[in-house]
Amino acid sequence: MDAFDLDSAYRLHPQVSVRPERFGALLYHFGTRRLSFLKSPALLSVVTALDGAPTARAACAQAGVGAAELPAYARALATLAASQMICARTAA
Amino acid sequence: MPDSATDLLERTAEEAADTAGAPAPTEAAAEDVIAADLLVEELSIDGMCGVY
Amino acid sequence: MTIGGLPGAVSPAGTATLVEEFRSGLAAPICLTWELTYACNLSCVHCLSSSGRRDPRELSTAECRRVIDELERMQVFYVNIGGGEPTVRPDFWDLVGYANAHHVGVKFSTNGARITPEVAARLTASDYVDVQVSLDGATAEVNDAIRGAGSFELALRAMRHLARAGFAGFKISVVMTRQNVGQLDKFKALADSLGAQLRITRLRPSGRGADVWDELHLTAGQQRQLYDWLVAHGENVLTGDSFFHLAGYGQPLPGLNMCGAGRVVCLIDPVGDVYACPFAIHDAFLAGNVRSPGGFAAVWRDSELFARLRGPQSGGVCASCSAYDACQGGCMAAKFFTGLPLDGPDPECVRGLGQRALALVDAAAPRPAGDHSHRTSVTRATGPVPVSIGPRPADVVATTASSPARRGVPARACGQDPLAGFALPAR
Repeated sequence: MDAFDLDSAYRLHPQVSVRPERFGALLYHFGTRRLSFLKSPALLSVVTALDGAPTARAACAQAGVGAAELPAYARALATLAASQMICARTAA
Repeated sequence: MPDSATDLLERTAEEAADTAGAPAPTEAAAEDVIAADLLVEELSIDGMCGVY
Repeated sequence: MTIGGLPGAVSPAGTATLVEEFRSGLAAPICLTWELTYACNLSCVHCLSSSGRRDPRELSTAECRRVIDELERMQVFYVNIGGGEPTVRPDFWDLVGYANAHHVGVKFSTNGARITPEVAARLTASDYVDVQVSLDGATAEVNDAIRGAGSFELALRAMRHLARAGFAGFKISVVMTRQNVGQLDKFKALADSLGAQLRITRLRPSGRGADVWDELHLTAGQQRQLYDWLVAHGENVLTGDSFFHLAGYGQPLPGLNMCGAGRVVCLIDPVGDVYACPFAIHDAFLAGNVRSPGGFAAVWRDSELFARLRGPQSGGVCASCSAYDACQGGCMAAKFFTGLPLDGPDPECVRGLGQRALALVDAAAPRPAGDHSHRTSVTRATGPVPVSIGPRPADVVATTASSPARRGVPARACGQDPLAGFALPAR
């Protein structure tokens, strides 16, 4: 699997269901039967923005993620990519 | 006159605490979590209590 | 004895852990258990829902579909369907299909009754249906003593059909008992041979389980044996988070290690009653009914019982024990149905504190809410005969029983036997 790259395009995996929660969101992958627990509403905004944004970096900016927080969000997105919750989007 | 049930239980719990082995830290519950990230945690849905 | 908590300590961390968030409740259950019917072709001695006979008030097909519509709106990811034996409902396959079409995944629990090769093939083809076959012995002798003559063969046949159809990873679910804990390696080997995943769960004194708890629950030595086995071999073995009360032994087992009742999970029963947990079918844990205004969503969101369970919990007398962080005081249902207070130790507390507490219980333990057991006994090789009504025979005395309530000794002199406590004068 390719390493996560902030400057690549991503989207939510089609088998993933997203449920907003008080603390952020729950993601459930129907294929892997794994749950991901997003612990900030901002991270949910990033994940929701991925599909329409040219890059993950742009999605973070769109969600209001500042430069200081970006590394933490990049790490979170990398985790989600590693568990197939989000996947690379081939160029349209 | 015997102690009340509650007193007895509280005393035995404290005795157990004194003689206990190394307690499992709360953080150890996160061991099963693949990414002990600040923003993301993951686990399997099959691990839920109350599930058939 | 209140169900619900007192103000407790706040988490010191800036961001709450997953478990801490779950303890406060979620917008919807992560998955829930839905018992579709009380009807069952078997009469397992430990049945948590005391199933056997259908209830005349069971939800209709249309009502079930409305529940599924609600689950879809709430974005419940998947539902565990059981019973009784869910496949004996004529609309079972219809409802499974309806759930999938409405974005609700299904895992159903079965004794193997209707899993023909054709059914197995259809299930294999679906991405959103999982199957769990119940088995309580790795041999017919051990299994059938619990589940009835012929039940081992029934389950094995279903499992072979699933394996041959190519259904990888179906679950084999075992309730651990005194009689089968020595067969753990055999269960694992059986699951491996069928391409299935082993799931072992804890026996609770719920439903008919209350009547066999004394003779079937694990001894202290067996609990340790089970814990050691899980630590050594349990990597691919599911436990339904059943054994978090064993975390007091040291290293916690994988899982949330918390009671999810009313917070992460709940039960919808065949007549639409919503309980905190499938092991707690009793008025004390009844949150509402799906037939009332607002349906299931309103119950999950607004029920007073669930609000209490989602509030901070005090450990009661357990809070001073060093193991409390790990074991969380154990299983609510296990405590309730052995007559123990909810703010005290679990009956199987690994430090023996539950056993001491049981000796102090001086009233009969609560009985399950309903009893849908078959009225006539099913032939079995060994083991107690389940009866749906009738007092405990006054002359049954189990010397290994853990509490007066279970020993057959009337709790009070004016209890079941009119002659209780009355000694005939010597001739």
